[in-house]
Formats: sequence, structure tokens, C-alpha cells
Amino acid sequence: MPLLEVRDLVKHFPVKKGVFSRTVGAVRAVDGVSFTIGEGKTLGLVGESGCGKTTVGRALLRLIEPSSGSVGFQGRDLLAMGRSELRAMRRQMQIIFQDPYSSLNPRMTVGTIVEEGMKIHGLGGKEERVRKVRELLRTVGLMEEHINRYPHEFSGGQRQRIGIARALSVRPKFIVCDEAVSALDVSIQAQVVNLLMDLKKEYGLSYLFISHDLSVVEHIADDVAVMYLGEIVERAPKETLFARPLHPYTQALLSAVPTPDPAKKRNRIILTGDVPSPMNPPSGCRFHPRCPKAMPECSVRVPLEYAVADGHGVKCLLYDPAIMARNGTKPEDLISTGSLAPGIVESELAKERERQEGGGTAGNPGG
Amino acid sequence: MAILKPEPVVPKGPLVRSPGQIAWAKLRQHPLAGYGAMVLVVLYVAMVFADFLAPYDFETQFRTKTWHRPSVVRWTHADGSLAWPYVYNTVRVKDEAFQAHYVEIAPENMEYLRAKLGSLLLEEPKENPIRFFVKGDPHKLLLCIPAERRLIGIDSPERSNRPALFLLGSDHLGRDMLSRLLYGARVSLTIGLMGAAITFTLGMLIGGISGYFRGWTDVSIQRLIEMIMLLPGFYIMLGLRAAIPPGVNQIAMYFAIVFILAFIGWAGLARTIRGYVLSISQNDYVVASRALGQGRFALIVRHVLPQTLSYVIASVTMAIPGYMLGESGLSFIGLGIQEPYASWGNMLQGARNVNDIKLHPWVLAPGFLIFITIVAFQFLGDGLRDAFDPRTVLRPKKESA
Repeated sequence: MPLLEVRDLVKHFPVKKGVFSRTVGAVRAVDGVSFTIGEGKTLGLVGESGCGKTTVGRALLRLIEPSSGSVGFQGRDLLAMGRSELRAMRRQMQIIFQDPYSSLNPRMTVGTIVEEGMKIHGLGGKEERVRKVRELLRTVGLMEEHINRYPHEFSGGQRQRIGIARALSVRPKFIVCDEAVSALDVSIQAQVVNLLMDLKKEYGLSYLFISHDLSVVEHIADDVAVMYLGEIVERAPKETLFARPLHPYTQALLSAVPTPDPAKKRNRIILTGDVPSPMNPPSGCRFHPRCPKAMPECSVRVPLEYAVADGHGVKCLLYDPAIMARNGTKPEDLISTGSLAPGIVESELAKERERQEGGGTAGNPGG
Repeated sequence: MAILKPEPVVPKGPLVRSPGQIAWAKLRQHPLAGYGAMVLVVLYVAMVFADFLAPYDFETQFRTKTWHRPSVVRWTHADGSLAWPYVYNTVRVKDEAFQAHYVEIAPENMEYLRAKLGSLLLEEPKENPIRFFVKGDPHKLLLCIPAERRLIGIDSPERSNRPALFLLGSDHLGRDMLSRLLYGARVSLTIGLMGAAITFTLGMLIGGISGYFRGWTDVSIQRLIEMIMLLPGFYIMLGLRAAIPPGVNQIAMYFAIVFILAFIGWAGLARTIRGYVLSISQNDYVVASRALGQGRFALIVRHVLPQTLSYVIASVTMAIPGYMLGESGLSFIGLGIQEPYASWGNMLQGARNVNDIKLHPWVLAPGFLIFITIVAFQFLGDGLRDAFDPRTVLRPKKESA
């Protein structure tokens, strides 16, 4: 049994208007997301800004009340729990935030911040808690003397370590890392990522690692799920996903990862247009208006998740058995970014050039 | 010139200071807060010991000395030699323009007085030395210890035209202004604190609930606040005042005024606090605490409301003068604390007429005290706000080497 099992998680934010707060629509931030995380495993959740990654992380912890779906944690449904039951359960699941500056209460000392969770759950007496806080500070690479300092006396990386110590204080099984290193310098990022990996080993943690940075995810994750506009479009074990990305969106994302070798020639896939509004997502496949491989049926048919290989699922009509039979393609033909027809890439580049010359508005008629 | 980073502050003594110590150190560095605090300490101490410090009781009248100008304290005898401070008794005469004024019964004035008053002048010049711990009007020190010694005064035997020491002049009934100011401080200086305490408890609690729970709780509280804010404050004050039966005792009246002021005041504060709470609740540290399993009430009290502290402290210091002015306003138009009891507001009734101000400028003394108190509260509040703000930096001590 996996540690965490998320099934059809949905979060719609109602949009209200007028004097009587009529609901005129909904922002479909998360629209039917399912995944599982095994004990001691890390799932990397990637996607561009506004695709609903953060909402997933918060909805499954019920920090935002999900609209529907189920979240099984150690076999119990979190969404069915009452308030007091949930509060007791919170000990098992923690979160680390993106912004190290707003995630620590500026009026509390580091000691109070880290101690809070233990106090809430009645873990140990006063002296034991203080001893534990000191131990945690050492564990995350801070000094014991920092216990009485205030957050404003620390750098971003140090603050993030305090946030990690706070999450660890209640000995959770599972931690949501919500863009936990995105706000940090690259050198500090590496330190914090390594710290997270060490802690995972030491405490047997599982992570949901939310990030838009593929290179970080490649480093830390066991499995990767790619989100686009409230849906998971592809998921696979890390090695598989990076070696053979199937979904055109994943391929575009991977082609954008910078490589250290400037001489290396790459086929960049440049997506045009903006992310459509989650209030009014496109019909059919949500990615089709921006997809370089879009087919006519993409705007009509909603793709299912097709299992291409063991543990590798993709939500794209290109992998629909009927369409593959019709086109005579095999998944392997569609794998790497290099296999993209050169014409498509060229024409995308030309479009992009045109867009830039046109003052940046030509390619964006809606704006 | 290149922008230089400030030298890192190396704290002296123990490496770590408690939050209270940091705030205290910052408060002491504030240029004006110290003066404000000193003024307030003086005022409040004077208020507490009003019975002892005031030369007379607030009710004591000198019928022959209405609208008396401040007494002239003399330091030299008639022959020019140095003397223990004393005052001459005074007598009321009308000048050529039939304007009444008080003339000291002093050797140099005797010729003039004899010409004016003739046989009505019953006194010879007599020095009335100012004494400490004189036996004066009986009072209850700290509201419980019966006593009759007062800090300063002069011997004034009961007789017609008894001599008096009016350091700040007298009012229309011949009562000593200084004494009434000291007694009046009991009302004026405490009403602000009482009103602010009630308002802020109500405002923070209701605003906090409204902002944190949102939904219908929020909507109904906000509509209630709007209703209260829509009503014009001063008329509500008058309306509520009208509900108090005439002739209730003055202590009940005092609490009624506190209640009236707080009733009007809490709404605005609750609304601002709600706004703060709405924005503060978005912060990740509030979410983090919720993720740790913190209860909702503890969240508001531990994480949300403390963030409003610097705003609240600034507001309290703004509001205390507001309540003082509210009480003064009510008393000024005769609806607050009633004669013969003194408050700075009802003492200003004497200053309603420009002619009175021209002839007896000392009637403005209560106004001056109100001004001083308000400014002192502002300075102190400013200092406190900076002191509690974790973003202000504690400057290192200047080394005198």
C-alpha cells in the first residue's frame, strides 16, 4: 500500500460577482489529479507557473479545502476526517514553503517557531522540547545558539533551514516541499536539496517535491509528474521521463532546460501563446492550442491517460491506440525532442521571430 | 561614492537579548519618546497625589476672589532684602473704566487703595509666607487615608476676604485653578485609558474573528460596523448621553461616558484589524502553523494579532487623546462631568467667551494641559511603535573612546 494515494483531486475556486455574490464561474485550479507516493519515495511535481502545483500540495494537506476527490494517507481518507481527527493527523504530514521570508513569524524566536508543533501535539516536556529544538537546529545545519534569534537575523538559505526544522519537529512521515528551493541562490539550492535528501534517508521521509526547475527535480525525485493547467499530463519514473519524454508538453519543457555546454546544438521547442485561463480551459486536450503536434481531433476529444510502459502514463491522443494504429506510429517514434520534425521547430522559431518583431502583440491576439 | 554597508552590529554583553530588552533598548534610543514618557509620568503622579499636591479642595470657594489673576509670589521684603516667598492679600477694586481687578494690599499700593476704597479698606499689608505641609482642606489621600496636610499653601483664617494662593488664578466662583486642574486630571487622564482599553479589546477580538473566519460571520460583523460608523459620532454621543437619567452620581456618569466613547470607537478599529488579519492570514507562517495542527483561536491570538501590534500601539496613542477630547467635548457643553466636580473639559467652559479669554487668559490652562498630554502620548506612541517593530534596527551604542 502506498503511503499517499491521491485520486481525482479537484479544486475549483468559485468566481463571484455582483451584490449577491452570484457564482459566475470557477477557476479550475486542479481538475482531477491522481498520483501515489510510496513510502520513502519522492514524487517531483513540475509545471509552469499557474498550473496548479501549489494548489495540489495544499489541497491534499487540506490547507485549502478540496472540492472533491480523495486523499488516502496510510489507508485513511483525509478528506473524510473531522477537524480534531485531522489536527491529530497533521503531525504526519508537513509542508515547506517557497518564500523563506513570509514562512517564519517575524515576532517569534527560532526556538518558539520550531517548538510550536511539539507543543501542539504534546511531544515532551518543556526541557525536552528545548533540547529537541537544539538538536533539530544542528541537524539542519544551524547553530544551537540561534535558538533565541529572530528570523530577520538570518539569510534566505538559513531561514529555509529553520522552516525545514519546523517541519521535522513533529517527526512527520510525509513532507510537501512547495518550491522549497526556488527562491534560493543556486549554490544554496544545492545545499538545501542535499539536506532534504539526507533527511529523507535519516528519517525515512516521503516528499512531494513541487518545482518548476527540472534539473532540481531530476536530482531529488524518484518519480516525476508533469502538470499542465490543472491536470497531470505525464508521469513516469524519473529516468524514464527524462530519457523518453512522451507528451509534447514534457518534450518542450525538457528542451528548455539549460545545458552546461554552449556548443551543444539542441532543438529548442518554443511554445507560443500564453497559458490559457483556468477559468475557461480549451476544449478537448487542454494543451492543443499550443501543441506543436496538434491534430484536428485534439480540440474535440479529451485524452485519457494512456499507459505506455510500466509506470509511465501520458495524457495525449498521440498515444491513443486507435490513433497510433491509424498513423502507424509507435511510442518510440515520438519520444525524444530530436525526433521532432525539423519543419515544426523551424516554423515555431519563425513564428516566434515574427511575434517579437510585431511588438510582441501579434502572437497574443487576446491580450 | 560607493554605498557602504553598515558595520555589523556586535551586541555588547550577552549575545542574545530577550524581545523585551530589545524593545526597551530601542525605545530608549528614540529621541522624543523619553520626553513624552517623562511628561506623562509627571502628569499621572500628580493625578494620583492630587489631594496632597493641590493647595485647596476642588470645591473651596473664595467668594471675594472670583476670576482672580495668578498670585504674585514675592521674594523680597518691602525694603528690598531677600525673603522667604510670600504673597500679599488682594482686594478687588474698579478702575476708571469700571473694570474690576485685584490689587495687592502691599505697602506701595496703600495710597491708591485708600483713595479708592477709603474706610472699606480694613487691612494693613501683611506678608503671607508660602509654607510646606500646611494644614488645609481635609481630604482622603489615595482615596482612603484621611489627611488635611497639603504640600503648599498659606495660612488663611476664616474671615471676610481671606487671603488665598492662586498659582494659576481662580475661576468664576473663586476656586483655585491649579487645584481643580489636579483634581480634574483624575477624570481627564483616566478616561482615555479606560476607553482605549475597552475599545481595543473589543476591536481586536471582533476584527480578528471577522477577518479570520470570513463568510457569513464576516459579512454580518461588517454590516454592523458600517451601521455604527454611519451614525455621526457626536450626535450618538449626545443621544446615548440623553439616556442617562439626570442627577446620577458622578462615578456612574464617568463610566457612562467611557461606555459611550468605547461604543463609538470600536467599530473603526475592528474594521482596520479585519483588513490586517485578512492580509496576515495569507502569510505562509500562518499556513505553516495550521499545517502543524494549531487550533483556530490560537492561530489568531499567536500568529495573526501580534502582527498588528505596532499598528495597535500607534492607534492606542492616537485614540487616548481622542477619548480625552470626547470627554472634554461632552463636559464642555455641560453634558459630561458636572459641577462642582472638575474635569479639564468642564473647566474650559470658562473659556467659552472671547471676552473672558481676553480678561482672564488663565482659563485656557486646561486646554494647554490637554495639548501637552496629547503631544506626550503621540511621542511615546511613536517610540513604542518603532520599538516593537522587528524591522527597525537597534543602533550600536556610541563608544566614547
